[in-house]
Amino acid sequence: MALVLTDEQAMIREAADGFFASEAPVSELRRLRDAKDATGFSRDLWKKMAEMGFAGVLVPETHGGSGLGLVAANLIQEAAGRNLSLSPFLSTAVLGATVLAGANDEQQAALLPKLAAGDLLLALASDEVSRHAPHLIRTRAEAAGNGFRITGAKTFVLDGHVADRLIVAARTSGEDGDRDGITLFLVDPKAAGVDIKRTSIVDSRNAADIRFDGVQVDGADVIGAVGEGAAILDRVLDAGRTCLAAEMVGVSAQSFSMTVSYLKEREQFGRKIGSFQALQHRAAQLFCEIELAKSATLKAAQALDAGDTDAPLYASLAKAKAGAVARLVTNEGVQMHGGIGMTDEFDIGFYMKRARAAETSFGDLSFHGDRLARMLGY
Amino acid sequence: MAEPLEEFRDETRAWLEANCPAEMRERVLEEADVCWGGRNVRFKNAAQKLWLERMAARGWTVPTWPKAYGGGGLSADEAKVLAEEMRRIHARPPLSSFGIWMLGPALLKYGNEAQKAEHLPKIARGEIRWCQGYSEPGAGSDLASLKTKAEDKGDHWLVNGSKIWTSYADQADWIFCLVRTEPDASKHEGISFLLFDMASEGVSTSPIKLISGYSPFCQTFFDNVKVPKENLVGERGKGWTIAKYLLTHERSSIGADFGTGGRDTAAQIAKKRVGTRADGALADEGLRVDLARHDIDTLCFALTMERVKDEAKAGQDIGHLSSMLKHVGSELNKSRQELLMSVFGSDGLLWEGDGAHDGDMARAWLRSRANSIEGGTAEVQLGIIAKRVLALPDA
Repeated sequence: MALVLTDEQAMIREAADGFFASEAPVSELRRLRDAKDATGFSRDLWKKMAEMGFAGVLVPETHGGSGLGLVAANLIQEAAGRNLSLSPFLSTAVLGATVLAGANDEQQAALLPKLAAGDLLLALASDEVSRHAPHLIRTRAEAAGNGFRITGAKTFVLDGHVADRLIVAARTSGEDGDRDGITLFLVDPKAAGVDIKRTSIVDSRNAADIRFDGVQVDGADVIGAVGEGAAILDRVLDAGRTCLAAEMVGVSAQSFSMTVSYLKEREQFGRKIGSFQALQHRAAQLFCEIELAKSATLKAAQALDAGDTDAPLYASLAKAKAGAVARLVTNEGVQMHGGIGMTDEFDIGFYMKRARAAETSFGDLSFHGDRLARMLGY
Repeated sequence: MAEPLEEFRDETRAWLEANCPAEMRERVLEEADVCWGGRNVRFKNAAQKLWLERMAARGWTVPTWPKAYGGGGLSADEAKVLAEEMRRIHARPPLSSFGIWMLGPALLKYGNEAQKAEHLPKIARGEIRWCQGYSEPGAGSDLASLKTKAEDKGDHWLVNGSKIWTSYADQADWIFCLVRTEPDASKHEGISFLLFDMASEGVSTSPIKLISGYSPFCQTFFDNVKVPKENLVGERGKGWTIAKYLLTHERSSIGADFGTGGRDTAAQIAKKRVGTRADGALADEGLRVDLARHDIDTLCFALTMERVKDEAKAGQDIGHLSSMLKHVGSELNKSRQELLMSVFGSDGLLWEGDGAHDGDMARAWLRSRANSIEGGTAEVQLGIIAKRVLALPDA
């Protein structure tokens, strides 16, 4: 498959960017942060995103979605990254919808149309430690009644404070770090024994810490087969990683563009600072790095859409590279803006914060470098 | 669409299987393994000669050139398939040539019919070996300040001056050369693009020995060299346009060399030499991390090469990306050689003697340091990106 966007995809990209630039620009993030908004994003915006077909981008048309695939989801997330737009797109439209792709017909019929309509928010509760380790699951689900009782604790659950349903990865057998023995459950956040603590993180988003104290779930709430949840989980995480890579490409591209504009207008020593070779060469270097991240991200989304066996390798490649690039580009962006870059009033710092949060989510350069080396056989 | 291409792949695979000699499917270990062609060609063995003849007969030394000029007339997709199939059996390129990489594309675009008919088929068949007369002792990165002059003497040009870093000038048959024909014009306006025979009276060369011990480069001197008038390519005084076009090609091909190819990765080599733990991870954890980071950049670069090609095919303007590819490709090859030196440890330091393959590890490492100097330094490429792509202001 050619590593270029189709005409349809190019149109989605344009539509998404126009949409977020007018409906959810950086000033909206600032407003929500300053208001300490209880939800952390605009539900109106999410409804509009559903009308645009964004919420259901990964939901098949038979269930009311637009079924456009992960390349399209990437483009939406990239546009959100350029504008630092807040929404439950990653938690629900990407992670949630990908989990449900592994669900049974009944579950899909009950949940997917609502998801695509913007009426159902999902949150993936998988991580338990602060450095991403997807199979390190200590939360236990023990057989009880006609279902299971879940006990354990999850950290960094994106949009976990507002989700209508939680998707919980718990261990039904095996040892803490085993890939086998993980099972995925749909859990009602209002069920007895669920304790959700909302946290606010550096980029002004929300990620909940959630405890499960003997939470009873029904056998019908298992997604996929008991003990075989890791296959679904890995696919879900790779979709999320790829979208985060796309978001970081957007974050990088936009903060870079702001920086280049600044280099062209700011004067010091009687000259535009963009005329200094020291800054020109660093800016050119950033340009090269962003191009590399773009290629890897598009490839990962195409490979996942096509179901290629090497899709996990490309997902790790994209996440590792886009994370490193976003960190470099935003750090350099702040530095090149000088003192003004350190002020809250100026937007560039928002991009640096988001870059770090996105890089940390679902594995950083070390995690994915290790995973990639393993997949390449060393 | 896909079907004829698959048919082409099957045919190509079968033909290569039948026609590529076994000796031509082994790693290039020394200079003699590379065939440069030319009037004084010395083949290392019969297989090398046979391989060149068979490939040239199909036009596959220059697969995308028109058949009329000795090319294969292949589409970009077919050429990609050919390259993939050659990589699959580790087939060596039948011919290495500045004629193929640089002059050919420039002649195809700017040459007149007589020049194309005269030179292109000979390049395709490896009959004439070309060198490039660009850099001068006083004009390296500042290429356009070159001083070698060609005076209009009515029936011929009279060339005087000197070139430096002329790769293999001592073995080349002809030179494509930038000369100043309009001494009073502005720096970029007075340059012309001239072709002439290195056997002409007044041409001499002197090799330059490098830190790698090799001397692939020469200083080249022109002392009242007479060049026929018809050897001017394009318009008089407009050679800079051709020079830039050719450099774009050179930069892309330097990048392409490093980005793809069927070489073992540094990590694969490390696995064999350093060994692995029970879980399959490389025995040296620090080296493993370095290799993974290198692989991340290498894979990203290969994908970027692919994307740029696909964008070009889709009709997008990619001219501004050649500096990026040259720069990133050069840096990656340098880091690969640095990593391999680490992988080989003290074995990598061997210079001469048994088992040293003529010091090829150390020599390759030393050679790679030039990657970010030749074809425009890293600084020149970054400067081009800053000014032409990012439109940053001049000092």
